[in-house]
Amino acid sequence: MSTEQQVEIQNLTLVQAVRDGLRGEMQRDEDVVVLGEDVGQNGGVFRATEGLYEEFGDDRVIDTPLAEAGIVGTAVGMAAYGMRPVPEIQFSGFMYPGFDQIVSHAARFRTRSRGRFTVPMVLRAPYGGGIRAPEHHSESKEAFYTHEAGLQVVVPSTPYDAKGLLAASIRDPDPVVFLEPKLIYRAFREEVPDDDYTVDLGEAAVRREGEDVSLFTWGAMTRPSLDAAEAVAEEGIDVEVVDLRTLSPMDVETIVESFKRTGRAVVVHEAPKTGGLAGEITATIQEEALYHQEAPIARVTGFDVPYPLYALEDYYMPEHARIEDAIRDTHDA
Amino acid sequence: MSTLQRDPRDRVQVLDDDGRVVDGAEVPDLDDDDLVEMYRSMRLARHFDERAVSLQRQGRMGTYPPLSGQEGAQIGSAAALGESDWMVPSYREHGAAYVRGLELHETLRYWMGDERGNSLEDLRIFPVAVPIASQIPHATGAAWAADLRGNDDEAFVCYFGDGATSEGDFHEGLNFAGVFDTPTVFFCNNNQWAISVPRERQTASETLSQKAHAYGFEGVQVDGMDPLAVYKVTREALQKAKNPAAADEASGRATRPTLIEAVQYRFGAHTTADDPSVYRDEEEVERWKAKDPIPRLENYLPSTPRRRSSGPSPRRCSSTSTGTCPGGWPSSGSTSSGFGTATATRSY
Ligand SMILES: Cc1ncc(C[n+]2csc(CCOP(=O)(O)OP(=O)(O)O)c2C)c(N)n1
Ligand SMILES: [Mg+2]
Repeated sequence: MSTEQQVEIQNLTLVQAVRDGLRGEMQRDEDVVVLGEDVGQNGGVFRATEGLYEEFGDDRVIDTPLAEAGIVGTAVGMAAYGMRPVPEIQFSGFMYPGFDQIVSHAARFRTRSRGRFTVPMVLRAPYGGGIRAPEHHSESKEAFYTHEAGLQVVVPSTPYDAKGLLAASIRDPDPVVFLEPKLIYRAFREEVPDDDYTVDLGEAAVRREGEDVSLFTWGAMTRPSLDAAEAVAEEGIDVEVVDLRTLSPMDVETIVESFKRTGRAVVVHEAPKTGGLAGEITATIQEEALYHQEAPIARVTGFDVPYPLYALEDYYMPEHARIEDAIRDTHDA
Repeated sequence: MSTLQRDPRDRVQVLDDDGRVVDGAEVPDLDDDDLVEMYRSMRLARHFDERAVSLQRQGRMGTYPPLSGQEGAQIGSAAALGESDWMVPSYREHGAAYVRGLELHETLRYWMGDERGNSLEDLRIFPVAVPIASQIPHATGAAWAADLRGNDDEAFVCYFGDGATSEGDFHEGLNFAGVFDTPTVFFCNNNQWAISVPRERQTASETLSQKAHAYGFEGVQVDGMDPLAVYKVTREALQKAKNPAAADEASGRATRPTLIEAVQYRFGAHTTADDPSVYRDEEEVERWKAKDPIPRLENYLPSTPRRRSSGPSPRRCSSTSTGTCPGGWPSSGSTSSGFGTATATRSY
């Protein structure tokens, strides 16, 4: 063994890291195939599969007919047979024709067959708002999937995590809904090792340590949350920012541990408030750490209205001013 | 024999690529004013499209789906609708919606991210449907409701793409239409591509129109860049939808619905967010540009039979202060009912 390990590093955006992760897993395991709409020669509408068609051919990077039930349903069949399909749904807003296959089958094959059949499938989809897109291209519906036992739900917020979480998801024996925050697909670069590596599912990351208020968030909301934390730091409020990364199974331990120290929490997500995961997180804190609580828990979320066309979307998305206000209110309560 | 009852591979054409009437083709019964108005609408749609793409390039508009190349199918079909008929669009029917009375500034407003552009006050137009094929069952359901209410002067034209025929909603919408014999015309804009996926990747069927046979009704393929042929088949399909007795009635078959496959090409990008050079050759685009519907109709115009307008009716359906739609594109001698009677007030 050499004393000095050479690790090749590339500076990648989040979407490039997704592609790098797919490429690494496809090189590692011949059973990994990518299928979906425009994923082949076009390289995906966000270029998440760019170059894969040229490298792996049309048996492994497959342009399908325009049919999400077909994409997810055939991927379930492939996975049950033993392959590791990575279907792409072009936008999470177009998941619904395939929803039946996701909740009725992908989530249930293992239980239904007492373990005889599993579904090692990773269903990738860009999600979230803020890109000035037409209707159905901006929603955040992670709660649909976390509500379904039998599915794991992952949302990366950095290029490094995107590659490592994707690799871990593909190697996992059970289905993963992998939601990619498209607002930050190209927002910043990060050093990502060339070699393959995994980031474990089910583990949150503390992005900023703090003692006064715990802020729980994920995906594209991580950056504005960190910005808000820096802004209030100047006023002497020390915020801990926890990026959940995996929404199901949720890292309850990290959430509760952080809350027990601060006694105050803000939860930030793009999804509408009602039925959103902030409610679940709040209830979990009540169950596990009520007697540590110093102030009402604040939720900074999208509104309970259909996601607006883009002229109004800046009012819909939580931004750091709203997050800052919630932190101050929680801190001062 | 009806134009609709033919081999799906036998593509209906009236004008050849140069705008000459093809041998044996029957030119639809349109007077000169109608033809000129059809031409004017096609030119306007093209111009609008170019301006919209330019606005997007200047950062003044969000993602926009262009229609250039598809004016013949849009204007030709929308012109065939009567005043009491309805259209159920996808997201690219800016030209068809204009013919049915939607002002272009409303279309711009919608694509500039403002819902108010989609309010469709007093118009018989369903709202834009972005999820592919999802509007098809709506068209069947609305037509079914019209039938249940006994509104037999109303038929529904539903627009969707070649890619949409792969979705379950296409199957379910057409199947219900067959079973309940609804007055629905399914108008498939086969523009050869679903973003980067070619038509051959959607289905191993030789044509899209033949899929109608599985649902028990007629499917017809038409040259979608020939506005007169499109007008003709849409007109016949609408008449059949409203007067099924006139159709050749074979027992046990649905007679009202029709699937029209309008074979055409999108000249531009799928949307302003798309780069078609990644997946298709410029040569292919040039080949299809030789069929451009606009010069085709332009070349035909000097050789019309010189029929004069039968009345002073405005040619374009519009929402007026009285909320009525003063006439679509009347075809003289047509048996279709309802012109000049019903209002186009939204009833849902
Ligand atoms: C259910 C659904 N899946 C995917 C998309 C993304 N998408 C938008 S347009 C399009 C291609 C549509 O092709 P086609 O039906 O041929 O219509 P065209 O745009 O060519 O008119 C796709 C895949 C969508 N809008 N809805
Ligand atoms: Mg198409």
